[in-house]
Amino acid sequence: MTLAFPPSNNEPTEKLQPTGWLRYLSFSLDHKVIGIQYLVCGFIFYLIGGVLAGIIRIELTSPISDFIARDVYNQVLTLHGTIMIFLWIVPVVNGAFGNYLIPFYVGARDMAFPRLNAVAFWMIPPAGLMLISSYFITGAAQSGWTAYPPLSINTPAAGQIIWILSVLLLGGSSIFGGINFIATILKLRRPSLKLMQLPMYCWAMLGTSILVVLSTPVLAGTLILLSFDIVAHTGFFNPALGGNVIVYQHLFWFYSHPAVYIMVLPAFGLVSEILPVHCRKPLFGYVTMVYSIMAIVVLGLVVWAHHMFTSGTPPWMRLFFTIATAFIAVPTGIKFFNWVATLWGGKISINSAILFSCGFIVNFVLGGITGVALAQVPFDVHVHDTYFVVAHFHYIVYGGSVFVIFSSVYHWYPKFTGRMLDENIGRIHFFLTFVGFNLCFAPQHWLGLNGMPRRVAEYDPQFAFVNQISSAGALIMAISTLPFIWNVVHSALKGKVSGDNPWNALTSEWLTSSPPPVENWIGAAPLVKEPYGYGSSKKSVNLSPKEISTEEKE
Amino acid sequence: MALIIGGIWIGQNVNLLPAEASKNSPIYDELFKTLFSIGAILFIGITGLVIFSLVIFRRRNGDIEDGIPLEGNISLEIFWTAVPAIVVLFVGIYSYDIYDRMGGMQPLMAGDHDHQGHTVQSNRVWGGIGSGTIGENSLGRKISPLDVEVTAMQFAFLFHYPKGDIISGELHVPVGETINMTMESKDVIHAFWVPEFRLKQDIIPGQPTVLSFTATKEGRYPIICAELCGPYHGGMRSTVVVEDTKAYSEWFNKNSKISEV
Repeated sequence: MTLAFPPSNNEPTEKLQPTGWLRYLSFSLDHKVIGIQYLVCGFIFYLIGGVLAGIIRIELTSPISDFIARDVYNQVLTLHGTIMIFLWIVPVVNGAFGNYLIPFYVGARDMAFPRLNAVAFWMIPPAGLMLISSYFITGAAQSGWTAYPPLSINTPAAGQIIWILSVLLLGGSSIFGGINFIATILKLRRPSLKLMQLPMYCWAMLGTSILVVLSTPVLAGTLILLSFDIVAHTGFFNPALGGNVIVYQHLFWFYSHPAVYIMVLPAFGLVSEILPVHCRKPLFGYVTMVYSIMAIVVLGLVVWAHHMFTSGTPPWMRLFFTIATAFIAVPTGIKFFNWVATLWGGKISINSAILFSCGFIVNFVLGGITGVALAQVPFDVHVHDTYFVVAHFHYIVYGGSVFVIFSSVYHWYPKFTGRMLDENIGRIHFFLTFVGFNLCFAPQHWLGLNGMPRRVAEYDPQFAFVNQISSAGALIMAISTLPFIWNVVHSALKGKVSGDNPWNALTSEWLTSSPPPVENWIGAAPLVKEPYGYGSSKKSVNLSPKEISTEEKE
Repeated sequence: MALIIGGIWIGQNVNLLPAEASKNSPIYDELFKTLFSIGAILFIGITGLVIFSLVIFRRRNGDIEDGIPLEGNISLEIFWTAVPAIVVLFVGIYSYDIYDRMGGMQPLMAGDHDHQGHTVQSNRVWGGIGSGTIGENSLGRKISPLDVEVTAMQFAFLFHYPKGDIISGELHVPVGETINMTMESKDVIHAFWVPEFRLKQDIIPGQPTVLSFTATKEGRYPIICAELCGPYHGGMRSTVVVEDTKAYSEWFNKNSKISEV
C-alpha cells in the first residue's frame, strides 16, 4: 500500500501519470484528478437519471398508462432511483468533493491510500454501465430501488441479479472511500493542526465515512442473501420457503436510512465552507456544528424502522423510532439556525454559489418539516408510500444535496480550472432550477395526501391537472441543465481567468495556484488554523509558507 | 407574533386533505393541522430570515470590507437547541396521544385485555392501527365487531366475511360499526389504503396483519394498493362501500351462504 507523502516532504515525486486532459481517463493517483473524475462521471449519470425522470413525468401527464409498457415503467423508476442515489449523489458529495478538498484541508499532499482511491473510483463506471446495459440486454430490475422481497424474487431474475451486483460494486467503492477519508482525516492531518481547527467539511466527511463503514456492509450482506434467494432458491427472505420479508426491510433500511445522511451530511459540510467565504464572516457556532454532525451520525443509525411503520412492526418499535427520528430534527435545526446566523450581519456577495446555498436552506427546511411529520406514526400511516413521501425525499436529496452540488461547482470551479463561470448564466441556471424544482415537487405533497400512491403508472383522473403542473416543473428542470452545461464547457475554454484565489478565501485549497500543482503546493504547505477567520485580525494566524517550513521541521 | 398567528392561520385554514370518512379521520386531521401550523411558522420564519439577510446584508458596490467577526453566541445556541427540542418533544407526546386515540397502542395491551369476546390474535399478528376502537361504544350500546378476512394478490383484493361465508371483491361495511380485518397476502407485499379513512397497513405474505376502523360517512371510497407489487400495481384498486345498517344487512343477507340463525 502506497502511503501518501508526508506533509513535510518538499521533494516533487516522479511524474508517472499522464498529463493534460488524458489524465482524467487514466488510473491517476492524484486526489484532485480522482475528484474531478467522480464529479464528471457522476454528472453524466445524473443526466441519464434525469432522462429517466423525464420518462416518468411524461408517463404521468395522463392518468392512463400510455407512454411506456407497465413493466418498463417499473424498470425506469428502479433505474432512476438507483442511478440518482448510488451513481450521482453519493459519489459526488463524498467522492468528488471529498477527494478534491480533504487532503487540502488536513494539509496533506494526497489521500492516505491513493491506489485504493483510484480503485474505488474505477469501480463506479463499470457498475453504472452494467446497471444501465441490463435494461437493453435482459431487462432491468423492476422492484424499485428498495428491492423488497418477495417482489424482487418473483420478477425476472437476470435484471435483479445485475442490479444487486452493481449495487454491491458501488457499495464497495463507497466503503473504500469511507476508509480512505477516515484514515486521511485522522492520520494525515498535520501534527500541529487540531481536530477542532479543521474546516467543517472534514467533520462532515468524518461523520459520513463512519456511517458508510458501519452501515454499507449490512446492505452488502443483505443483498448477497437476496441473491442467494433468487439464484439458489434459498429461503432467507422468501415466505414461500419460510423466510421473513420484514427482516429484509430491517436490514435494508439499516443501511438505507443512514444513506440519506451519507447524501446530506457532506452537503451540510460543503455549505458550511461556502457560506463564510461569500458572507465574509466566520461560520457561526463552529463547536455546536461539530457536535450536531456527530449527533446526527449517532441518531441516524437508530431510526431506520420509520420506513416500516405500515409494515409488520410492533407498537413499541413504532414509538421508539418515532421519537428517535423526531429528535434528529434538533441537531439538524441547530445547523440551519447557525447558517442563517452566518448570513446575518455579513457582507453577502449575491452570486450563483450563495443563491444555490440559500436555495438549499429553504428547500431543505421544507423537506425537514415534512420529515418530522412523517416520523409521527399516526401521520405516516396515511401518507406512507404516497407522493407525499416522493415530494419529501426529493426536497431532501434534490432540494438539499443537488442544490449544494451546484453551489459547490460555482464555488470551486475557479479552483478546478483557473477560470470563472459566467455569473449571469449561473443566475439563470439557479432561477430555472429553483422554480422548476418547486413547481415539480411542491404539488406532489397534495397528490400524496389526497390519494395518489407512489410508483404507479396510472392514477385517478382527478389528479391529472396537478400531475401536469408537476411535469411542467420537471421540464423546466430539464431545461435548466442546458445553461449549466454550456457554462461549464464554455468557461473551461474561454472563461475569465480567475487568479489563484478569486473569493479571497482563507481555507488552504485557495492558498495555492488554480488549478493546483500535482502535490497541491509548491514548497511547504500553508498551515490554516483559522479557516473561518474573516473580519478579524486572526487571519494572520494562517501563516505564510515560509513561516511554516520552519514550524514543521520538527 | 404575526408570524405565529399567520402560521397557525395557514395550518388551520388551508385544507389539503380529502374527505373525512372514518373515526380516525378527524383525529388525524387535528394532528395534521397542528403539524402544518408548526411547519408553516418554521418555514416562513426561516425563509423570511434568509431572504431578509440576502437583501439587507448584500454586498454594496465598492464595499470590500469583511462582515462582523461573530463566531458564535452561547445563549443563542442554547435557545435554538432548546426550542426545537421542546417542540419536537411536544410533537412526539402529542402524536403519541393521537396514536393512542386512534387505537394504535392497543395491540400492545392485547395480552391483558380481551375485547368483547374478540379473540386476541397470536403474537405473530402485528400492525394495525385502529384496533383500539374495538369495544368502544359512543352510542352507549355494545358493538359487535365485524370480522373480515382480506386476501391480497397480484393485482386484486378479496374480502371474505366468515360470518356469512361471503367472498366479495368490494368491501361492504355498515356505517358506524367497527370492522376488524385480518389481512394476508398470497404473493408479494401489498398495502391496504383508504385515503378517506387515513389508514394504511401493509399486507404481507407469511405474516398476517390486522387493521380495524369505523367508517362514519356513507359513500364509496377507493381502496388503493400502496406498495409496489408488480406491473399492474397502479391498477390494483378496489372500493369500500360504506352504507347504512339496513342497506348493509340487505347486501349481507342476499350474499350470505349461511342462513341466519
